[in-house]
Amino acid sequence: MSRPDPAHHHLSPARLLDVDPLLEDPQTRIVVCCGSGGVGKTTTAAALGLRAAERGRKVVVLTIDPARRLAQSMGIDSLDNTPRRVKGIDETAGGELHAMMLDMKRTFDEIVEAHADRERAAAILGNPFYQSLSAGFAGTQEYMAMEKLGQLRARDEWDLIVVDTPPSRSALDFLDAPKRLGSFLDGRLIRLLTAPAKLGGRAGMKFLNVGMSMMTGTLGKLLGGQLLKDVQTFVSAMDTTFGGFRTRADATYKLLQAPGTAFLVVAAPERDALREAAYFVERLAAEDMPLAGLVLNRVHGSGADGLSAERALAAAENLEEPRIVDQEDGKALLRNSPDAQDSSGSPTPGTPALASAPEGGSPTEHAEDTEPSGDAEHAEDTERSVDRLTAGLLRLHADRMQLLSREQRTRDRFTALHPEVAVTEVAALPGDVHDLAGLRDIGDRLAADARELPDPADRTEAPEASA
Amino acid sequence: MSRLQVVSGKGGTGKTTVAAALALALATEGKRTLLVEVEGRQGIAQLFETEALPYEERKIAVAPGGGEVYALAIDPELALLDYLQMFYKLGSAGRALKKLGAIDFATTIAPGLRDVLLTGKACEAVRRKERSGRFAYDYVVMDAPPTGRITRFLNVNDEVAGLAKIGPIHNQAQAVMRVLKSPETAVHLVTLLEEMPVQETVDGIAELRSARLPVGRIIVNMVRPEVLDETDLELLRTVPRSTVARSLSSAGLGGARRGGHAERLVDPLLTQADEYAERYTLEHEQRAVLAEVGLPLHELPLFAEGMDLAGLYELARELREQGVS
Ligand SMILES: Nc1ncnc2c1ncn2[C@@H]1O[C@H](COP(=O)(O)OP(=O)(O)OP(=O)(O)O)[C@@H](O)[C@H]1O
Ligand SMILES: Nc1ncnc2c1ncn2[C@@H]1O[C@H](COP(=O)(O)OP(=O)(O)O)[C@@H](O)[C@H]1O
Ligand SMILES: [Mg+2]
Ligand SMILES: [Mg+2]
Repeated sequence: MSRPDPAHHHLSPARLLDVDPLLEDPQTRIVVCCGSGGVGKTTTAAALGLRAAERGRKVVVLTIDPARRLAQSMGIDSLDNTPRRVKGIDETAGGELHAMMLDMKRTFDEIVEAHADRERAAAILGNPFYQSLSAGFAGTQEYMAMEKLGQLRARDEWDLIVVDTPPSRSALDFLDAPKRLGSFLDGRLIRLLTAPAKLGGRAGMKFLNVGMSMMTGTLGKLLGGQLLKDVQTFVSAMDTTFGGFRTRADATYKLLQAPGTAFLVVAAPERDALREAAYFVERLAAEDMPLAGLVLNRVHGSGADGLSAERALAAAENLEEPRIVDQEDGKALLRNSPDAQDSSGSPTPGTPALASAPEGGSPTEHAEDTEPSGDAEHAEDTERSVDRLTAGLLRLHADRMQLLSREQRTRDRFTALHPEVAVTEVAALPGDVHDLAGLRDIGDRLAADARELPDPADRTEAPEASA
Repeated sequence: MSRLQVVSGKGGTGKTTVAAALALALATEGKRTLLVEVEGRQGIAQLFETEALPYEERKIAVAPGGGEVYALAIDPELALLDYLQMFYKLGSAGRALKKLGAIDFATTIAPGLRDVLLTGKACEAVRRKERSGRFAYDYVVMDAPPTGRITRFLNVNDEVAGLAKIGPIHNQAQAVMRVLKSPETAVHLVTLLEEMPVQETVDGIAELRSARLPVGRIIVNMVRPEVLDETDLELLRTVPRSTVARSLSSAGLGGARRGGHAERLVDPLLTQADEYAERYTLEHEQRAVLAEVGLPLHELPLFAEGMDLAGLYELARELREQGVS
């Protein structure tokens, strides 16, 4: 056993997630991107699909709620609920990209049409309860996403299916909602309520029966007999053709446990999103569902992370302070652009104390380079605005460093809790991701084996520069 | 000013936070506001760092200046039991119904029933008067469902159309609609300066308007400070690297000559500024999109360190300064 190196006793960084081997492995047939709302699931799913296709696989991406411009750029904004081949990708490796956007109502309608003869299907589709169910019952979207996944897998036309998951506040909804909805529709209550007559003779059900008739009575008054009748008609029509909602939900659930399925949890480096991600990681383990890793999306790095926030701020203040040389001839007011000063007002001439040497640092060797020559007011103006700009650059940098260290702390808390989870980091791009070029960029970042956020040990202060 | 203020917006944009800040802002001296939650998530309790709220109006904060904020987490099951009790005198049978899961069942198969119970409770609080004739609450602020569901949620008349044609639920729906479609109500939308939430806001407003629901204000949340302004960004495009290096050097950050510490900072700092500039442009575009809607626009700052009670009071003060109360 080697002795621990005292210079490296910080937490060992999490394993890096290598997405290319995962995408290229012919054994990988389904990749599921999950996570809480707004973290970048759809973007990640699309970027992974594109990358896999450009590396030679025949891919279909099932997106749920793509941003409008992204859908347009992939040619899937038409909502016909069937995969479309995406144009403009590099197919030289022999791959193809197909993509679609889920239409939950249509998916539900198609199930009905596939399972019932025309007459019965028409009756179900026209049933008011069915209409409200398919238009947006809690859990319908999750149920239909699973259903669509099952259908795509059954068609067996693609090497790889990348699935996005519905936007919900909890990543777990994707796993739980279909079963919950299935159980509800197949539930005891819905059956008892909609077919109380069948209960007739059974002695043991007597108490329940009394409860039931009171219940149907009350609910009938409340909801109207028609709604209950609609529910009943719907359930019995579905029963004879469909074979149970719960059974079906269970079947797709099994697909998620099959070898060849990999989960990626997407999270932003924020407390709530990572807490949600941790729940999900634990849940996957409990369900024997294989987790490939965590995508930490929208992290911030810096090319100048050797310069701390504190030093950057001190330097910015320094630039915004009036210099001794400007205090002559009442020029101080000129020098002090009101924007660069806060509400404390412009210092009056004759207060040289304000222009003290840079805090903690040596007065710089280059001071003479920047002193105004005094003969060109224009040059002075320019210099003043450059100083103002530079101060702004330093303030931006300070903000960036503070953000970066918050994100780092949040990430490290997660990896301390789940050191077994491989992580890849994707930088926050300044703009939205809305075209193939943007997705390719995200794909490169997903695959890069470098971190965006520095490791704790790397965050040593840069050496004092002036010597 | 409308006495029922409904706060919606895309998920995660800050509906709960803004609703709470608004309730504080409206509770000026001598006033009383009620903050209601309808999604059973205990978001208000979390925000005010108190234990879970029961189905009961409770004072949770005193606003700056002495007004009071009460809170209520409406539970649709309990609200339905209240109704059954009131109109059908069910007694203990009500509890049996709940045990059997019938209440949950009813509100599940008829989502419109759930919604009318939730909005109904809020409207009841709006209209309630004390013995003195004074309104029990000067304002009721609702932390409402997100933009994608808000129109259906508030349009309870349509939603209960398929339910029993007579009886208390129908009367209730009528009474609720009278309040919701009147100037007594204003629906505000919270957004961020990003493409998707702004798009959702614009679509949501169109939907609300076509349902003749009264739209109030747009509240842009989590606005980042302007560190570089138009002039700085102009200069950023043309400024010679060496000039920036000298300026950094004069601030005490080392040598400006090639390879010097200050000189090596220039590229990364300029890259960060370019990213800032790109976002700045995007944010301006989104602001323009929002301005086109023609509603009062408010902006609330991002608290980079995260939200806490102090931050919440800060947002309330900001809202007051921007004239919402
Ligand atoms: N101005 C702000 N500055 C910093 N953080 C904020 C601000 N406003 C909200 N937040 C934070 O953003 C997160 C989301 O806010 P909140 O819960 O209010 O949103 P919501 O729209 O109610 O979300 P949901 O759709 O899940 O109900 C919270 O962590 C909150 O503390
Ligand atoms: N790394 C990133 N950098 C910049 N913007 C991003 C990044 N990832 C996602 N986005 C943007 O964030 C928004 C939400 O992303 P999306 O993938 O739709 O999230 P989700 O599917 O999890 O709700 C989109 O506008 C998208 O372009
Ligand atoms: Mg999405
Ligand atoms: Mg909320």
